[in-house]
Amino acid sequence: MMRHTIAVLVKDHPGVLARVASLFTRRGFNIESLAVGHTEEKNISRMTIVVEGDERALEQITKQLNKLIDVIRVRDVSPYNSVERELALIKVNTTSLPIRSEIMQIVDIFRAKVVDVDSQIMTMETTGTEDKVNAFIELLRPFGLKEIVRTGKIALSRGTILSQTLKGVDTKN
Amino acid sequence: MSDMKLTGAQIVVECLKKEEVRVIFGIPGGAIMPLYDVLYSETSIKHILTRHEQGAAHAADGYARATGNVGVCIATSGPGATNLVTGLANAYLDSIPLVAFTGQVSTNLIGTDAFQEVDINGITLPITKNNYVVREVRDLASIIQEAFYIARTGRPGPVLIDLPKDVQLAQTEFKYPEKVNLNRYKPTFSGHIQQIKAAAQEISKAKKPVIYAGGGVISSNASSELRDLAFQANIPVTTTLMGLGTFPETHPLSLGMLGMHGTTYANYAISAADLIIALGVRFDDRVTGKLSEFGSQAKIIHIDIDPAEVGKNILVDIPIVGDVKNILKKLNEHVNEKRETEWLKIIADWKSKYPLKYKSNGELKPQYIIEKIYEITKGEAIIVTDVGQHQMWAAQYYQYTQPRTFISSGGLGTMGYGLPAAIGTKIGCPDKTVICISGDGSFQMNIQELATAINNNLAIIVVIMNNGYLGMVRQWQELFFDRRYAATSLAGSPDFAKLTEVYGGIGIRVTKKEDFYPALKKALSLNTFVLIDCLIPQEENVLPMVAPGAAITKMMGVD
Repeated sequence: MMRHTIAVLVKDHPGVLARVASLFTRRGFNIESLAVGHTEEKNISRMTIVVEGDERALEQITKQLNKLIDVIRVRDVSPYNSVERELALIKVNTTSLPIRSEIMQIVDIFRAKVVDVDSQIMTMETTGTEDKVNAFIELLRPFGLKEIVRTGKIALSRGTILSQTLKGVDTKN
Repeated sequence: MSDMKLTGAQIVVECLKKEEVRVIFGIPGGAIMPLYDVLYSETSIKHILTRHEQGAAHAADGYARATGNVGVCIATSGPGATNLVTGLANAYLDSIPLVAFTGQVSTNLIGTDAFQEVDINGITLPITKNNYVVREVRDLASIIQEAFYIARTGRPGPVLIDLPKDVQLAQTEFKYPEKVNLNRYKPTFSGHIQQIKAAAQEISKAKKPVIYAGGGVISSNASSELRDLAFQANIPVTTTLMGLGTFPETHPLSLGMLGMHGTTYANYAISAADLIIALGVRFDDRVTGKLSEFGSQAKIIHIDIDPAEVGKNILVDIPIVGDVKNILKKLNEHVNEKRETEWLKIIADWKSKYPLKYKSNGELKPQYIIEKIYEITKGEAIIVTDVGQHQMWAAQYYQYTQPRTFISSGGLGTMGYGLPAAIGTKIGCPDKTVICISGDGSFQMNIQELATAINNNLAIIVVIMNNGYLGMVRQWQELFFDRRYAATSLAGSPDFAKLTEVYGGIGIRVTKKEDFYPALKKALSLNTFVLIDCLIPQEENVLPMVAPGAAITKMMGVD
């Protein structure tokens, strides 16, 4: 079983997320993460979906996705030719001063940011690959994690591979 | 017309006229009343009131299969809409073009659990090719045009349009777009020429070729191209249940149906073949049996309009995505005349050694009934079936020679399909003899449509194979569950002939073999709705049979 990152360009319609997500469920895929947002083109959204599955199952899901009328394009964005990022916000217990400075060192190493702080907690922000975010969280764990929120992974192909994606697509329909 | 404002309901009707819809099936209710009010004074569209929305969906489906046109059905919101669900799923699995309109509560009430509100779009998401909630009346005309286009093109299928009540009442200028503007939906139509040439080459090399034809050949009206290919290269043809009629079963090259209840020779032939030419099929488990042994000796050419079907269940050697008719036309240009005498002889031997057969004693056997129906109609009737044993007998013992003459629920296996589908068929083809073959179990699942058929003076003949059981389940209980007939007895069923009389039709009950033929003859002469209830032996089985999951050469009932 391999993990795949799939980029799906869709018509920005109400219900399109349900349409795409339910297809994965029906074909027996568990969506590990899902991020949706607008693209450079009006009325077109981009979904980045991370799933685990073998090649044949993935081929089938890609074909099924392509059959949805609201789906414009589907791409398997494999990690070796794409840039991937995740964003995480991590809230940690910080009751004493020495702990805070220790945390600050970790934040520096990871080039993360402190975005909120008071006498009880500190909240950090980090972006990076999934591995980097995981490593950052693991280093903070001993201090007592209060809350974590992670976005799904987003990914873009490197270089010019996907730059022509939306050319020729009628964005009105 | 162009500068006049119309209501949403009027726009729906104008669009139906633009799409040349002549007949629609449905039931009114609160949220769809504005549309019905417009239909009330519309003379060019005939509305058939069914007695249950499931009946409306199946009738539209039967109409679509018999005529090749898009079937249209209408229901109100809530329960009306959910009652369409089985019919939509049925059409979806058999790739039948339908457009369903459902009423919906007004847009300001959507999401409030208003009276008769359901999220029918959410419910039908996985069983429609596409669906819409129309929120703005100005989008209505283009949505309807798009829906019809999507339903009938590519791999056909059902499309649902949910119409909130206020959208039906809102006004806008009516303008029907000149053509569909849908860039993101472009089904592949012509096959890849290199692939077609490669296929032709394989055909010329093959020593034991078999054509395996399915419902896609009917959808693309490719029967004559299929026949050209088979005759040109003398290739035996087997069809799926959905493909019955694409190739004349009276021709020596016909192998009949393959699969679980297929002919022995079809299953032997496809298993021994060195080349399988699969046309508009999807390698369904009822056809292939154990996948690893299906066509294991063969190279496979798969021609289908849906790229997702290629390689879904089985790996193929030469996939060609596109319209079967279009591709076969080109393929036939590259296929040379040939005749594999040895292969045809092997097949002829199998045919004479393992014909379809049943024990004919003095009893009224279901197979005999089908043979007589074939004899009297000379194979020119349209046979509509329900689902179960009678369906398989109807597939086995009637010889289909024309496409769109066998109308049956294949993929979903919907009991209750037969009678409403026969209604749609008869309305679509009023000059054809329409015979609905049903069972005592299936028939009771949409028995209320007797009123629809009889009230519309539809001269349909219903033949019920009445064995007092949910026969196919009973057969499986006999074979795989040690004859423990759990909940399959249908004791308590009414006298169907008498019941038909109560509805105003003609009912005949047949208990003896010798009475069936005269009864059928009489029914055909009456030109009205006639039901013939045939009491058949209770434990008659459909044979031959392949156990689920077994290789299709492992057939029971073959000696």
